[in-house]
Amino acid sequence: MIEYLKRHPEKVIGPLTEHIWLVLVTLVISLAIASFLTVLAMRSEKVSDLLNNIFSLVYSVPSLALFALLIPITGLGRTSAVIVLTLYNQYLLLRNFTTGLREADPVACEAAKGIGMTDMQILTRIRIPLARKAIFAGIRLAIVSTVGIATIAASINAGGLGILLFEGLRTMNIPKILWGSVLSAGMAVLLNAVLKMVEEKM
Amino acid sequence: MPIIQYDNVCKKFDNSGRLAVDHVSAQIEKGEFITILGSSGCGKTTLLKLTNRLYDPDEGKVLVDGENIANVDPVALRRRLGYVIQQVGLFPHMTIRDNITVIPQLMKWDKKRMDERADELLTLVGLAPSEYRDRYPHQLSGGQQQRVGLARALVLDPEILLMDEPFGAIDAITRLNLQNEFMKIQEGLGKTILFVTHDINEAFKLGSRVMVMNEGKLLQFDTPAEIVKNPADSFVRSLIEAARSQEEFWENVR
Ligand SMILES: Nc1ncnc2c1ncn2[C@@H]1O[C@H](COP(=O)(O)OP(=O)(O)OP(=O)(O)O)[C@@H](O)[C@H]1O
Ligand SMILES: [Mg+2]
Repeated sequence: MIEYLKRHPEKVIGPLTEHIWLVLVTLVISLAIASFLTVLAMRSEKVSDLLNNIFSLVYSVPSLALFALLIPITGLGRTSAVIVLTLYNQYLLLRNFTTGLREADPVACEAAKGIGMTDMQILTRIRIPLARKAIFAGIRLAIVSTVGIATIAASINAGGLGILLFEGLRTMNIPKILWGSVLSAGMAVLLNAVLKMVEEKM
Repeated sequence: MPIIQYDNVCKKFDNSGRLAVDHVSAQIEKGEFITILGSSGCGKTTLLKLTNRLYDPDEGKVLVDGENIANVDPVALRRRLGYVIQQVGLFPHMTIRDNITVIPQLMKWDKKRMDERADELLTLVGLAPSEYRDRYPHQLSGGQQQRVGLARALVLDPEILLMDEPFGAIDAITRLNLQNEFMKIQEGLGKTILFVTHDINEAFKLGSRVMVMNEGKLLQFDTPAEIVKNPADSFVRSLIEAARSQEEFWENVR
């Protein structure tokens, strides 16, 4: 394995950076969209239920099928991959964000309203700080799940560690397979552990 | 013109068969100290919440300063009325100082003015500023938290104060001090106060007039002396008798 890395460092480092890039871009876009949707969802229970139903449905579609569905629209490559990963994340993020925010200390929220905060001020000053654990847990789940699902993105030419796995399997190249699995699994496990530690400190 | 006027106000909750506030009419003049007395579930909290639009009436109307509050922006209205909520409801993630000055922060007061105001109010409610201002609510006892709740309600120097059992978790001695302190404040500043309690002694001691409520209805609204002299009905009479019998107990001990 080490031998392989020494001989072809670019063949491991390349997919690894692509993978990280994929995860980062997805995360940024996912968070932007999820924040927007969360604000909408906080306005009414109906909108919230609707969004949660839609994204739980999307979430239940197998990733390969979702990739395949998008190819006619956005083609092969990173764009499709980022879209799919972002869609999956909405379920994880939205569900954690909305339940966390809704369940934030109801007495404190009522007091905030009673002393004259607007709904938006209650959201930013009271609910978000009180729901920070749930919010962070959602982000952690989204990161870990993106790291995992992003390996499949290689199947539509989006690059990433999946390349090592797919190519390794096709050519029965054991070091390649090992690097692919160790890095993707290791990244997921490590990130999960680190983020969980941060979460517990909050 | 009365500063607060209830006009046949009714409030019914969806899941309940009866009115939580049942055709209440009353007029409160500026500078009055009104206590609202009644047993648990009689609608005291609901009546207060109808006054700052946490609830809107199903029937009737509430006027503040002669204006139907249904037409007033609720946020602006609530900043004009200080509100001490029954369950205290301090913000657990903020220091005591920030708890007191959240609204001034939103109104962009300058830092010095806010710090001074927080210290001033902490002193007023009997908490040493240097000791308490940087603590978090969970580092305070229940009674201390209630006093911070009171300080928070006073921060904008509101003309009207709605207080929902503000001294509920405070021991008898501190309570007596706060009551006396509070009567002085009210006389000095000419604030109008609506003060909910289910302690008849507190209601009669503090109130220039007392609202006696039962099952959503306002049974009697008069000065303590008048209520004792002429109780409106059997419920009010039994309330006074209960207080009397307590008094007798103390007489006998002596
Ligand atoms: N949000 C609500 N939904 C449904 N019913 C409610 C709600 N709030 C209050 N009620 C009901 O309305 C009635 C009056 O309640 P309220 O809280 O005004 O009583 P209270 O006089 O303040 O009592 P306490 O002294 O226990 O605080 C009660 O029967 C209560 O069960
Ligand atoms: Mg109450």
